[in-house]
Amino acid sequence: MKYWTIVRAALTRKKVRTFMTIASIATAFLLFSLGRSVAVAFTSEVDYAGKDRLVVSSKLSFTQAMPMSYANRIEALEGVETVAWRQWFGGTYIDRANFFPKWPVPESYFDIFPEFIVSEGGKEAFSRNIQGMIAGADTAEKYGWEIGDRIPIIGDIWVKDDNSNNWEFDLVGTFTNANGGAQDEAYINWKYFDESRAFEKGLVGQFSVKIRDPNQAELIAKDIDSLFANSPDETKTSTEEAFSRMFAEQVGDIGFIINSVLAASFFTILLLTANTMSQAVRERTNELGVLKSIGYPDALIMIFVLMESVLICLIGAAIGVLLAFALFPFFSGVALGFAGQIEFSFSIVLSAIALALLTATVSGLFPAYSAMRLNVVDALRKN
Amino acid sequence: MSFIRQVFSITKMNLQSVLQRSGASIVIIVGIAGSVAVMVSLLAMGEGLNSTISNTGQEDRVIILRDGSSSELSSGLGMQEVDIILNSPGVKEENGDPLVAGEVYAIIDLKKKGAESTSNLPFRGVQQTSFTIRPELEIISGRNFNTGTAEVIIGKGAHDQYEGVDLGDQIKVRDGFVTVVGIFTTGGDVHESEVWADLPITQNIFRREGSVSSAIVRLESKESFDDLGIYIENYPSLELKVLTELDFYDSQASGSDLIKIFGQVVGYIMAVGAVFAALNTMYSAVSTRLVEIGTLRALGFNGSTVLVSLMIEALILATIGGLLGAAIAYALFNGYTVSTLAGGSFTQTAFAFAVTGEIVQQGMTLALIVGLIGGLFPAWNAARRDITEALRSI
Repeated sequence: MKYWTIVRAALTRKKVRTFMTIASIATAFLLFSLGRSVAVAFTSEVDYAGKDRLVVSSKLSFTQAMPMSYANRIEALEGVETVAWRQWFGGTYIDRANFFPKWPVPESYFDIFPEFIVSEGGKEAFSRNIQGMIAGADTAEKYGWEIGDRIPIIGDIWVKDDNSNNWEFDLVGTFTNANGGAQDEAYINWKYFDESRAFEKGLVGQFSVKIRDPNQAELIAKDIDSLFANSPDETKTSTEEAFSRMFAEQVGDIGFIINSVLAASFFTILLLTANTMSQAVRERTNELGVLKSIGYPDALIMIFVLMESVLICLIGAAIGVLLAFALFPFFSGVALGFAGQIEFSFSIVLSAIALALLTATVSGLFPAYSAMRLNVVDALRKN
Repeated sequence: MSFIRQVFSITKMNLQSVLQRSGASIVIIVGIAGSVAVMVSLLAMGEGLNSTISNTGQEDRVIILRDGSSSELSSGLGMQEVDIILNSPGVKEENGDPLVAGEVYAIIDLKKKGAESTSNLPFRGVQQTSFTIRPELEIISGRNFNTGTAEVIIGKGAHDQYEGVDLGDQIKVRDGFVTVVGIFTTGGDVHESEVWADLPITQNIFRREGSVSSAIVRLESKESFDDLGIYIENYPSLELKVLTELDFYDSQASGSDLIKIFGQVVGYIMAVGAVFAALNTMYSAVSTRLVEIGTLRALGFNGSTVLVSLMIEALILATIGGLLGAAIAYALFNGYTVSTLAGGSFTQTAFAFAVTGEIVQQGMTLALIVGLIGGLFPAWNAARRDITEALRSI
């Protein structure tokens, strides 16, 4: 670029100030990236929800179990393709800190969730081996499990017939999630679970219902609920998306507060930076006057000043996002307890670039405009 | 002229001109106020949640869960196991009755005020001894439920957060209703986020006839914990776990520690940003005053007095910023009540932000560190400047 020298001269005029400005912008973007990754965590499950699936849970509360016989009655409804179910298992693998959801499910569960790509032979082995378990690829990797391993789980809710809570499962397969959603759950064979548990036999936690036409979701949901209305086990049917959102909303207050606090801090730092940048231009009024007097057109002067702020913001944003990426492993450990799994996605980078350009424009526009409108005589006099 | 008098007179002069340089000073104050406000509000959130949960425990009270369970929601005991606890050593008696209560802890789905979907409201089935064991419970409106009836009382926190739970309101549970007849407080602990009902009614609603989630016990004294613990844990074929209430609620509060760490991490990151902004501003503030500083030096004020007085100026601005930030956080958030899924459990706990003295102190420390670093380098620079060079820049 032909005018690079002039922009570079402006940036290196006061190296310390340029460095400080970049550094404070970098901090703002570090906060932005970390904050976004937390915010994504609150809504991620919602994004991965299947449009052609409904969740049926007890109207009293999602922790109440319902009779398994509901499955046949739901399946008989018009527009319903398949019904599967699951129950929250809870339990501990070796240490309480090793948390991952475990669900006893029937084989049909994997037909309803085609996004789960199960390792070869996994589904067959799952139906053959009554103690079979299929674990998410992330979970298997985290604990170093190989197919064929025996996985011990201490039950906290579920006790076996013999009053023992030592459950053992055989890892028969792993799955990846083609949607990019969670791969940190484990599914265990329903038959074994239901036959071995000491109580609530024949009761299930939630039904997953696959429907033929997503546009009929609301209607079918109503049909299901009216099927069981006024019975001792009334149901509440919602789309998978609405069901996930219910959980997101429940943590919601805190997520909202954290986000607004982060936004406030981001804008505080940007405010300070914008001030510094306009000060940097004011100090150079005289030099800009010289450029004008030797014939540089107004528009070009404006572009110089804007380029300067764009460069500062982009460099700062890049450093901030990179730092966030580097700090991420530590940060996700801290956030895990209340935000669930947080992730660093490419969309954060994109929105950071957009935000950097916006900041550059907002903070550079006024100084750039006044530089453009500068009267040469006044500018040169201001010495 | 003594050192202190020199410092004093330069500082006075600086401060008198602060208003003329208000732009630069405001930048420093805003930067620091922002960092402090952010850190104080996040810490106040963590503190509020933490104190609500861990305030619940008392050292002479014990909670008994099934071995392997870490929360009341996942635990279950048979009534015959509660009977064994009734006859255990270390249990306090009142009027000949052992202070042991079996309780069912479950969830009902209800809408919070202004929410579209439902939230998980904890529902506790209690026995009459539950009230003797927890004398801090006080009915602040209405009356207590009558045993054997479908009446409930609701905690103050839950009452404030949920819709349709005023006195006389009916809540649909399964194929029947329960009626709210009273509102209670327990001095700001987790029970205020709960609904309480008679145990048999609750067992019926949640189909838990003959079993409870946990047993709560008042001990003769906190020293009798071992008597009870050893007896229960060695009792043949009894798979129970005995915990002091303090330990139990501490383990439930782990989420709030994370919020605190999060608040500190964010606060410090932001403080680093504020340091850079303050450095920038102080540098340019000092550079526009080089002539002034050079003149002072020429008049015989020495470099270190200039340094000290510039530092004092920066620290005063930092103090103002810090106080402002803490005041903003206090005004916006102190006492602000929210509720969330607490401590990795599935139930909603309501809690109020608590801006404590200790948190304000942490915020002020942050402000002064920023002021110190932001002021030190520019002041150092100015104090060491060559007099003639400084004066030449006129």
